[in-house]
Amino acid sequence: MTSPVVEDLLRTLAPQVLGVLVRRHGQFYACEDAVQEALLAAATQWPEQGVPDHPRSWLVTVATRRLTDEWRSERARRDREVAVAVREPAYAAVAPAADEEPPSADDTLKLLFLCCHPALTGSAQVALTLRAVGGLSTAEIARAYLMPEATMSQRIRRAKQRIEAAGARFALPSAADRDERLRAVLHVLYLVFNEGYTASSGGELHRTELTGEAIRLARELHRLLPDDGEVTGLLALMLLTDAHRAARTGPGGELVRLAEQDRTRWDRSEIEEGIALVTEALTWSPPGPYQVQAAIAAVHAEAPSATETDWPQIVALYRVLARIAPNPMVTLNQAAAVAMVDGPRAGLALLAPLASDDRTAGHHRLAAVRAHLLEIAGDRDEAREAYLAAARATTSLPEQRYLEVRAARLAAER
Amino acid sequence: MKYMLLIWNRPGFVEELSEADRNAIFGEVDDIMKRLTESGELVGGEALAHPSQTRTARTGAAGVEITDGPFVESKEQFAGYLMVDCETPERAAEIAANWPDVRRGFGVLEVRPVMDQAGTEM
Repeated sequence: MTSPVVEDLLRTLAPQVLGVLVRRHGQFYACEDAVQEALLAAATQWPEQGVPDHPRSWLVTVATRRLTDEWRSERARRDREVAVAVREPAYAAVAPAADEEPPSADDTLKLLFLCCHPALTGSAQVALTLRAVGGLSTAEIARAYLMPEATMSQRIRRAKQRIEAAGARFALPSAADRDERLRAVLHVLYLVFNEGYTASSGGELHRTELTGEAIRLARELHRLLPDDGEVTGLLALMLLTDAHRAARTGPGGELVRLAEQDRTRWDRSEIEEGIALVTEALTWSPPGPYQVQAAIAAVHAEAPSATETDWPQIVALYRVLARIAPNPMVTLNQAAAVAMVDGPRAGLALLAPLASDDRTAGHHRLAAVRAHLLEIAGDRDEAREAYLAAARATTSLPEQRYLEVRAARLAAER
Repeated sequence: MKYMLLIWNRPGFVEELSEADRNAIFGEVDDIMKRLTESGELVGGEALAHPSQTRTARTGAAGVEITDGPFVESKEQFAGYLMVDCETPERAAEIAANWPDVRRGFGVLEVRPVMDQAGTEM
């Protein structure tokens, strides 16, 4: 097993090494495979033999050798010649490359844009980003997504083929495309974060690592693009959400809703960092969806309890969010906040049109919010029905368990 | 999102087919599996033995008893499954609609979402 120190180092170096190779040789497909092999070699050798003096050069040298091996064997196959196998000296003997160059910040950005290319499906963008930029092995990604390694490996291979077929280049997008491409990158990091933001404990540890990985990549992106308000907003949102980690599940792994969480267990350092980031960004950046969501999370974080929350402020922020990013899911959350200011009936009135909107009708979150507001309003039977409807519609085990418990409590208290 | 495609068909229907039809069906299945593997959507799948090989455990008058034969007495029996990971439920349904049992009318496929361990704050 790799030591955490080596693992962190390898994940940091992965995009730098890949950047060097792609810049020198082009051929993203082959370079990515070569870097992955070099990372695996390092993960097994370094913990035993020690980290080399110049770890990045070591990886570049080994990856380049894998690349030339691959070219050589391909040429041999093509020419139907018997390849003369020239064995290279042991990898441990590799000397630091004479052409040691500083890592280019643009390389990581270019890789992120490449991995989140519009020709790819969301799941392919996620898998490729985790491997090429995050430096995770295919096996680790497969474990995190509870998928056979062969499936994940094929998904990554296909994603790389698609990128090549689309003629994508290892370059920063044009000014016209940049905003849209950056939104795609942010969305991929957000998806990775949410996948790992799981409520269960024990056997799912591999998945919670995804949350840490998403924060690490968002932090790196923020370092590279400190002047982008939405990058800052996403990092802040992740930190402010992750701060609830210890409090959002009970001793048996059951979900605890925000209003009932033990706020003394929230991570204060993550909260302070998140609040500072979003507060500062909003002073100079036009408000984007991630910043506003982070601002909402910040208001929650500052409140000593659910009842002492500045709900009018949260309602105002949801109004801003609904204006800049109109979406029925925003209306859903807005209704929950409005209920805290103007009472549950006002919230329920906001929800009413969502029942006939194709995007939300039958969605478990609509039923869950409705159930909650009906419960506050004292309509116990209707609330119970809505909780059960939400429990039937969700495909998340912890959510289902939570919703069934709420319904059972209403039945028991009758 | 993961979906399980449950294959229900009439046991023994293959016995009534000509060799050419039988080979065509197996060829179609191979082809679909190959394409799902290439697309990175195939998570797994198994075919089950003939229902006559089934044993069923249930609680009866004398406590738990084990009997020979399937649980559901119906013309169509559960014959196997595919597990896929798809971008949309429509895509999972499309895979089901292309399965030879469906296209040739020998059986039906049920498409059921698989529960996720992850959950969001409610």
